[in-house]
Amino acid sequence: MADLTTSIGALGLRNPVMTASGTFGYGIEYQDFIRLEDLGGIIVKGTTLRPREGNDYPRMAETPSGMLNCVGLQNKGVDYFCSEIYPKIRDIGTHMIVNVSGSSPEDYAECAARIDALERIPAIELNISCPNVRDGGMAFGVTCEGAASVVRAVRKAYRKTLIVKLSPNVTDIVAIARAVEDEGADAVSLINTLMGTAIDIERRCRKLSIGTGGLSGPCVKPVALRMVWQVAHAVGIPVVGLGGISSATDAIEFLMAGASAVEIGTANFLDPAVSVKVVRGIDAWLDAHGCASVRDIIGVAE
Amino acid sequence: MKSIVDFRVKEVSPCGDRAVLLRLSAPGAMPECVPGQFVQVRVDGSRDTFLRRPISIHWADTAAGELWLLVQLVGEGTRRLGQLRAGDSLNLVMPLGNGFSGLDALRAAAAAAGVSEPKPLLVGGGVGVAPLYYYGAWLKARGVEPTFLLGARSKGLLLQLEAFEAVGRVFVTTEDGSLGERGFVTQHSVLQRERFTGIHVCGPAPMMKAVASYAGAEGIACEVSLENMMACGLGACLCCVEKTVRGNVCVCKEGPVFNINELTWN
Ligand SMILES: Cc1cc2nc3c(=O)[nH]c(=O)nc-3n(C[C@H](O)[C@H](O)[C@H](O)COP(=O)(O)OP(=O)(O)OC[C@H]3O[C@@H](n4cnc5c(N)ncnc54)[C@H](O)[C@@H]3O)c2cc1C
Ligand SMILES: Cc1cc2nc3c(=O)[nH]c(=O)nc-3n(C[C@H](O)[C@H](O)[C@H](O)COP(=O)(O)O)c2cc1C
Ligand code: FES
Repeated sequence: MADLTTSIGALGLRNPVMTASGTFGYGIEYQDFIRLEDLGGIIVKGTTLRPREGNDYPRMAETPSGMLNCVGLQNKGVDYFCSEIYPKIRDIGTHMIVNVSGSSPEDYAECAARIDALERIPAIELNISCPNVRDGGMAFGVTCEGAASVVRAVRKAYRKTLIVKLSPNVTDIVAIARAVEDEGADAVSLINTLMGTAIDIERRCRKLSIGTGGLSGPCVKPVALRMVWQVAHAVGIPVVGLGGISSATDAIEFLMAGASAVEIGTANFLDPAVSVKVVRGIDAWLDAHGCASVRDIIGVAE
Repeated sequence: MKSIVDFRVKEVSPCGDRAVLLRLSAPGAMPECVPGQFVQVRVDGSRDTFLRRPISIHWADTAAGELWLLVQLVGEGTRRLGQLRAGDSLNLVMPLGNGFSGLDALRAAAAAAGVSEPKPLLVGGGVGVAPLYYYGAWLKARGVEPTFLLGARSKGLLLQLEAFEAVGRVFVTTEDGSLGERGFVTQHSVLQRERFTGIHVCGPAPMMKAVASYAGAEGIACEVSLENMMACGLGACLCCVEKTVRGNVCVCKEGPVFNINELTWN
């Protein structure tokens, strides 16, 4: 049994495996399959200041070794989260991290401030990278100024661990990562989904209600891994790696690329117990390779 | 409680022109389930069958560890399911969603209709008949006689007729008139002759909408089982939503069975 503990800035994790926002609900949806406290953390569904109905159906299209989604941040708003959901999840024995989205820096900051007041939420993940809403989301994540403006506003309103989730739909992800680091982000997580589309050739139209969606799953892994490697080598803050992870081998690749922790998203749909299998698989690999701690392999890939 | 179970394929039999009946057995304990619930099937072996496929429970006997699925071969995933052989293993996440109305709800509907005994009509179109067999058998075992009204484009697409006949009265429509009355289920003469206390429907969306509007006009309680495309099947991804009077809800978690009064079809 190796030491699996790691950290994202001041936030210590039991192990490096967390679940990705939008793919794991509020954790409760998976509690029949795994012991949630066996995870390093759970990033809950994207939350916004006001309730959002999300996009119309169809919101999903299967693609080779992956899927496109255009859910569009459906959620009941931060006040509902605080009053109705938080009491149900606060005692889950792992870090519950809220993914925060918005359509203006003020929105983001107000939403973050309300979550700051929740004692048992130790961190937020700022989603400046949602490709599926017009008013905001990715709009901020694709320019250094946009990203910086949101992080600046939120940093003033939020005192705990601030993770900023980056969009891969940019020319230079390293520049964006540096911009958010400069504004005081405690960590970055990457990648969010890659913008894509799919066409129904019989009906001669695009399959998703808004035309495009975000690509996730094993098909994005090489792109995500490359970006994690680049960003980890360019910034001083911790990096959380995700995109296509579905096995312990995948997770170890991200750790070796420089990620201090990882998130598992789409793979939960295929195997609702995959997250804890990845925890065990990392442990077994470390043991088999004589590594005393998972921290020994973070960033070791040349 | 939901679980991930590796079933063993006992038998795969062709059913009509484009479907198969899969008989599965659980190696150990099988989770409890009710009619109307579904499973998420893992289809292995191809990059094109990445996500699990949602399939209704066609019949189940938890004590015996037996589960049947009725699968229409429409694409790569279902085609692969059709190629399974006895002895193969099949990984399911189950049971998912909520079932059709239980006895209390049926009795309440009967009382509201002013009669003492429930008289449910189970309407199925195409492979939508799948969950109705389990529901009908379940009702019969509890002393409620189900009536089935089954429709398809043609005779070869009517599935499991003999099995249904063993459980209750069966009325049939085909669009080409190759079996039963010609036309759509909503045109069947039994609807003129008899009065039902509740209608329970699963089939293609246009058919369910037609039946729902018939039931609405007649003031008969009606529930439909929706088949929106799914990813997680657990209420986690919000991909399978249907618009309801309560806003967008997940069909996999809040459904797949909905009372028509909850939907915004009209
Ligand atoms: C709750 C639920 C219960 C279901 N029960 C059954 C059942 O008992 N038996 C059965 O045969 N099928 C059932 N279905 C439909 C079944 O899930 C799809 O037919 C199947 O996923 C198609 O997979 P494929 O790989 O063969 O086809 P694909 O290659 O994925 O698609 C082939 C065609 O089928 C359509 N399709 C894909 N997914 C769905 C879907 N969810 N609903 C309707 N059409 C779809 C596609 O648009 C495409 O035109 C159910 C669906 C749901 C949501
Ligand atoms: C259905 C779905 C919904 C998602 N919703 C969110 C969200 O609300 N906020 C967010 O930051 N990312 C969201 N994501 C992106 C994932 O968290 C993750 O970044 C992405 O899917 C890549 O990881 P994966 O390949 O492991 O899934 C969503 C992804 C999917 C598939
Ligand atoms: S399929 Fe994921 S929420 Fe219904």
